[in-house]
Amino acid sequence: MTILVIAEHDNAELKAATLNVVTAALQIGGDIDLLVAGEGCAGVAESAAKIPGLNKILVADNAAYTHQLAENIAPLVSELAAGYSHVLACATTTGKNVMPRVAATLDVAQLSDVTAVESADTFLRPIYAGNAIATVQSTDAIKVITIRGTGFDAAPAEGGSAAVEAVSSVHDAAISSFVKEELAKSDRPELTAARIIISGGRGMGNGENFALLEQVADKLGAAVGASRAAVDAGFVPNDMQVGQTGKIVAPDLYVAVGISGAIQHLAGMKDSKVIVAINKDEEAPIFQVADYGLVADLFDAVPELNKLL
Amino acid sequence: MGEITYLCCGSGDLQQPNLSVVLDRLEIIIISGDCMKVLVAVKRVVDYNVKVRVKSDQSGVDLANVKMAMNPFCEIAVEEAVRLKEKGLADEVVVVSMGPKACQEQIRTALALGADRGIQVETDAELESLAVAKLLAKIVEQEQPGLVILGKQSIDSDNNQTGQMLGALTGMAQGTFASEVNLGDGVVAVTREIDGGLQTVSLKLPAIVTTDLRLNEPRYASLPNIMKAKRKPLDVKTPADFGVDVTPRLKTLKVAPPAQRQAGIKVESVEQLVDKLKNEAKVI
Repeated sequence: MTILVIAEHDNAELKAATLNVVTAALQIGGDIDLLVAGEGCAGVAESAAKIPGLNKILVADNAAYTHQLAENIAPLVSELAAGYSHVLACATTTGKNVMPRVAATLDVAQLSDVTAVESADTFLRPIYAGNAIATVQSTDAIKVITIRGTGFDAAPAEGGSAAVEAVSSVHDAAISSFVKEELAKSDRPELTAARIIISGGRGMGNGENFALLEQVADKLGAAVGASRAAVDAGFVPNDMQVGQTGKIVAPDLYVAVGISGAIQHLAGMKDSKVIVAINKDEEAPIFQVADYGLVADLFDAVPELNKLL
Repeated sequence: MGEITYLCCGSGDLQQPNLSVVLDRLEIIIISGDCMKVLVAVKRVVDYNVKVRVKSDQSGVDLANVKMAMNPFCEIAVEEAVRLKEKGLADEVVVVSMGPKACQEQIRTALALGADRGIQVETDAELESLAVAKLLAKIVEQEQPGLVILGKQSIDSDNNQTGQMLGALTGMAQGTFASEVNLGDGVVAVTREIDGGLQTVSLKLPAIVTTDLRLNEPRYASLPNIMKAKRKPLDVKTPADFGVDVTPRLKTLKVAPPAQRQAGIKVESVEQLVDKLKNEAKVI
């Protein structure tokens, strides 16, 4: 078997999520190549080459690939895919955007959000917001897969020395163009990469009160998240949302503050190693999944937590 | 001979104005972008309030006597299309659904929300995203919409694939996970919800948009509109009519409930909580 992994990066650095996909590829087994498509992304390719277990790094460096536009990246990946049994990418918004376009071009089905590898053609993936886990076998010659990072440990980033090879093929569909990007700037870690997350729900009352969580987060080196209720209420922006329709996270410690624990939120965080719930309603469903529950008013408990850390 | 202005509106007749007389001088004014057809795809799924149960033989999820509804992301797609029509940016909203006869309910719902006409592709086969995209591609070929709007994913299979696959099959550009859609002259600007923030792309029309939650807040259908929807046209087709092979590529070997998390303990104070996290769980 030969596997092509699509690197997630921003032309400057390789995103950590790629390492989880490499682990999934290693579990499938076979020769693994990694594609870095972008512009001015030689540095990314260099760091990717250090990941142990890779055969070679393919670099497609062209202005058409700068912003990972699906219309340009998908034909490139589809062209390269012909030589592989599996094509894997992260189940991030980039991977989710590009990969189905690859699958349809190849006339194969896609397996989305795979959380475990059972064999080279059989995989586990959550359906119904994680309320059921399907074991799915692919009959297609090329398996196009997105990998949910929380299902796999990160592969080591150092120790390998794969060859780097340029790919000259350029695909510019010229039907889409990048206009702008507004990325939330924060010194805190990204939600999907954080070891500790503290999230607030509707109980926070308003956006200003999230400052209470931020103080704790800064002491713990944690990321700050939110439930959909808090996002819908306009307290915080959507990219902070943890849940079925937001980010799927599995940190070492997840602290849910003023979050009742709707199914849709649990779907996004129930694989966390340790869950703490702080809620004044002792009947809140969040307590059914919490390792440590504290029935208390968050406006008393969070400042006290901040003092004790 | 005098000056004749041929005013052509809509997407279907833009390419070939049907003129049967030879004219000395012809001026064709094409109002592009202003008047176009929007195609919306909707899916019938288990209502999002239902807590699904896995069947004891692990063959799937128990759907007997379970409340069904339009996929929430598809509701947002219908709403966006209807708003484009209300703004005068679209002249017709065509809604498509695929599945057993019962999915006509969801088409009627969309018609009650303001769509003009429905197409059902009737089949009892379980359709994978690729098959749906292939059928939609055939309908796009027939209908020639200026914009196709779909939900970003359905809340049953959670695949998040159909819109992107349709893009590949039709060669159209895609604006996935949209939180804002702005139609311009021959282009559409789509703001996308991406990891870490927002990204805006400009796509040449015709194009595909898949909706994210914050694109709009869908309206409720009024009773008069529900009654009116019953009289709106609904075409029924089959996959065979389009010559599309819908044979599944994936085999579901088993569907199991997720590992259950056990509730832990209640702590009495913040102090005890910090102590447990430091000394028992050792996570801080």
